[in-house]
Amino acid sequence: MTAPALELRGISKVYPLRVPGGWLPRFSDHHAVRDVSLVLPRNRILGLVGESGSGKTTTGMMALRLVEPSAGRILVDGVDITAMDHAGLKPYRRRMQVVFQDSYSALDPMMTLAQIVAEPLHIHGLGSKPEQTEQALGWLARVGLDRSYGNRYPHELSGGQRQRVAIARALILRPSVLVADEPTSALDVSVKAQIINLLQDLQAEMGLSILFISHDLSVVRSLTDEVAVMFNGRIVEQAPTEAIFTDARHAYTRSLLDAVPVQNPRERRHRTFLTRAQLEAATPRLAQADLARPALSQAAPQLVAVGPDHWLEAVVT
Amino acid sequence: MKTRSPAYFAWRRFAANKGALVAGAVLLVLILMAVFAPLITKTGYEAQDFLVQSYAFPSTEFWFGVDDLGRDFFSRIVYGARVSLTIGFTAAAFSVLIGIPLGALAGYYEGWVDWAVMRLIELFSVVPPLLAAMLLGALTNGGFFTIVLIAALFGWVQVCLLVRGQVKAFKEKEFVRAAQALGASPAYIIRRHLIPNAISPIIVGFVLAIPLAMMLEASLSFLGIGVPPPVPSWGQMINTGMNFMYFYWHLAVFPTAALAITVLATTLFGDGLRDALDPSLKGR
Repeated sequence: MTAPALELRGISKVYPLRVPGGWLPRFSDHHAVRDVSLVLPRNRILGLVGESGSGKTTTGMMALRLVEPSAGRILVDGVDITAMDHAGLKPYRRRMQVVFQDSYSALDPMMTLAQIVAEPLHIHGLGSKPEQTEQALGWLARVGLDRSYGNRYPHELSGGQRQRVAIARALILRPSVLVADEPTSALDVSVKAQIINLLQDLQAEMGLSILFISHDLSVVRSLTDEVAVMFNGRIVEQAPTEAIFTDARHAYTRSLLDAVPVQNPRERRHRTFLTRAQLEAATPRLAQADLARPALSQAAPQLVAVGPDHWLEAVVT
Repeated sequence: MKTRSPAYFAWRRFAANKGALVAGAVLLVLILMAVFAPLITKTGYEAQDFLVQSYAFPSTEFWFGVDDLGRDFFSRIVYGARVSLTIGFTAAAFSVLIGIPLGALAGYYEGWVDWAVMRLIELFSVVPPLLAAMLLGALTNGGFFTIVLIAALFGWVQVCLLVRGQVKAFKEKEFVRAAQALGASPAYIIRRHLIPNAISPIIVGFVLAIPLAMMLEASLSFLGIGVPPPVPSWGQMINTGMNFMYFYWHLAVFPTAALAITVLATTLFGDGLRDALDPSLKGR
């Protein structure tokens, strides 16, 4: 069996948080991400959903080593890159790329689009300058922008066009993994659909593995193969996309699904909203008989299998 | 749709500022005068060709009169512009040369690098430049390069702070993160992304360092520890002219006016540039 494109093993991120008051500065630990493990298989799209502050973006940034994890390991194509230095990491950087939410600040305002898209080739020293420009223009065309856009500046483009440029820059090195951090949440609905289609087409053409970070569940449902739900820095449920949308087990997952606007007014009655305290107390309790695979009986919550590829954080009694 | 670079919009904002536009024109005339000084003056700055007419008042023959040593005063003022502007521009260039790397490093790395640079800046901001310049000038007996170095030593602080602020603001931007994700080194990111995006504050810092250096040179020359005679410096000429002020007014008025106009024009031009290049800094 070949190694997955990207694997996270028990990664955590702890930020020091200044405790208010007192003469001397005191710090407590804020766990942005706790012990998260994820496997992103080749040629698959994995959705990472959760509310703002649930740690999903931090997880994505740690996978790219843009944020250093406090604990845990990151594996790209089965190679541990957690402790690599700048030079050692560089070849692996080529295999992992990123598209950000805010396309405006994601493009250098002082560079033309051709320069922006050619930059990855420049950094990795691939080809001569004219070749780099030619390839960049080709990629602009591939993401649906005319080649004549090459000498324009980012401020002349719309949000959707800028996001296309960001995608071209991310994919020009032909990476195997793309981390898409809410790439559509700053866009209009119609433009959003275009960008999703573009990502889908490119994913299929290039056999990309995408870690798709989003809170937009309708997009996640149409795009992803598998979904992991994050809450308070932990993964509380993970399952194939259809299972999450039809057979959610965790109270938090259900409340996320319920938060999606429903068009039919008759259905609105059945929506439940839980307070944060209720959610935090909502860890399911399962008996050994409920499990698809046996697990330790312990008071601490753990991820257990409750169906085919369906994982749930639960207390096993 | 026409391609319009950020520079185009900056130019439009600058052109809307009439004061800065006029100041820029005045500055341009002054620079041209300094460059073509031999063509517009009838004698050199040290030719004592008019000894019999010493102290002559301004006339059609001697536009600014003749000084106490029989030299055409207009020639001296024009050549004085050379000294003043050369020192202003060279010192500003050195200020930028020191300010950019220190500002970029402090802004990018923060931590102890930032701490060290900030303490260094504080050191230079609490010492009055003129006092320190007098000390250094007296120790080294003045001279052109000493003045340039002293002016740069105090001029880089402003450039450094402007660059540091800009780098700090831009390094959190996602295009810097994207470059990091591409495997770009800090040196590459600073050189290719952060400094180009700080070009506006750098230009502003450069232009605003010019009048500072010119004032410092004039002050030192006025005190007699600046540019040594007979090379004409406006500060030196103001000092001489002061002795004759009540009898031969032209010897004090023209160098003073020349200095005031040049410094004012440069400052107004610099302010206009700052407002045009970085609208968010306006009025600071």
